[in-house]
Amino acid sequence: MFKNKRSREMGEINGSSLADIAFLLLIFFLVVTTIDIDTGIGLVLPPIPDDIEPPPVHERNMMRILVNASGMIQMDDDPVSVVEVKQRVKDFIDNPTNDVNLAESPQDAIVSIKTDRATEYNIYIDMLDEVTGAYNELRDAASQAQFGVPYSSLDDDSEQQDLIREQYPKQLSIAEPDEG
Amino acid sequence: MAHFQKKSAKTKQDVPTSAMPDIVFMLLIFFMVTTVLREVELRVQIQYTDAENIEKIEQKRLISYIYIGPERLDGGQLGDTKVQIDDALIEDMGAIRTLMYDKLLDEPRLIVSLRVDHETEMGVVTDVQQELRHAETRRINYSTLRQQE
Repeated sequence: MFKNKRSREMGEINGSSLADIAFLLLIFFLVVTTIDIDTGIGLVLPPIPDDIEPPPVHERNMMRILVNASGMIQMDDDPVSVVEVKQRVKDFIDNPTNDVNLAESPQDAIVSIKTDRATEYNIYIDMLDEVTGAYNELRDAASQAQFGVPYSSLDDDSEQQDLIREQYPKQLSIAEPDEG
Repeated sequence: MAHFQKKSAKTKQDVPTSAMPDIVFMLLIFFMVTTVLREVELRVQIQYTDAENIEKIEQKRLISYIYIGPERLDGGQLGDTKVQIDDALIEDMGAIRTLMYDKLLDEPRLIVSLRVDHETEMGVVTDVQQELRHAETRRINYSTLRQQE
């Protein structure tokens, strides 16, 4: 008698709504997901100087970029506008005309950026962007000439990339802040 | 003509849908795996600046974030510029040094991503950078968006 009843109760679970449930969950995760990739300008800060004197740098190998509180820019002693910065940095690093006031060689060139305490952050980033852009363009040109492809399409940590990086080492100096 | 009509009438036009739940489940699992729910609650307001020459950071596990921007106050108002690391606002700049040094010990290849509001004054950023130099966490990244042409 009981046996009979049990066999009648055995039923199948209706699986047709499974797809709907899965769709609902899928839509939830689609909405919640933000595939954000971190992008930005990378930099390695200089170590805190010990009492050892930093090695002397020739005046001509140093490009000083100063930005004041109102966003005015001065490179070496001339006031310049933002659009000129990239070209001037490129000229300074590469020095195609062997100007005695510009860097001896790309390996010696140092670009130093100094800002006022009241300078706005986005002006500083613009500046950094221009200098990074100058280096990228020089590396691209060198890579194009030697290997026929732009720098960015070389494999990471490949020999070619190292070679270009040695040729144009990115030597950015974030100047020591003023005391007080 | 009759010949053609007969042929088209015979073909079955149903797409089999029995595999649809499998496909949906596969997509579902993909999105469940990739989803990262926001783990920190931002207590400072940050509007990113943009730049052209940016690079991607592939190894997300190495990144530690420092947020700098005006503090969010009650009622949608903005206060003074504050520094936030993880969930807490940093009151004393000197604390950054020990905090970041501990993180460096956990992960020697640490990259510090600075997420700074575009109107912040450089003084605060410079102070934070000085602390990072003291902590020896020198690999940093200024978080920016890609510039729209």
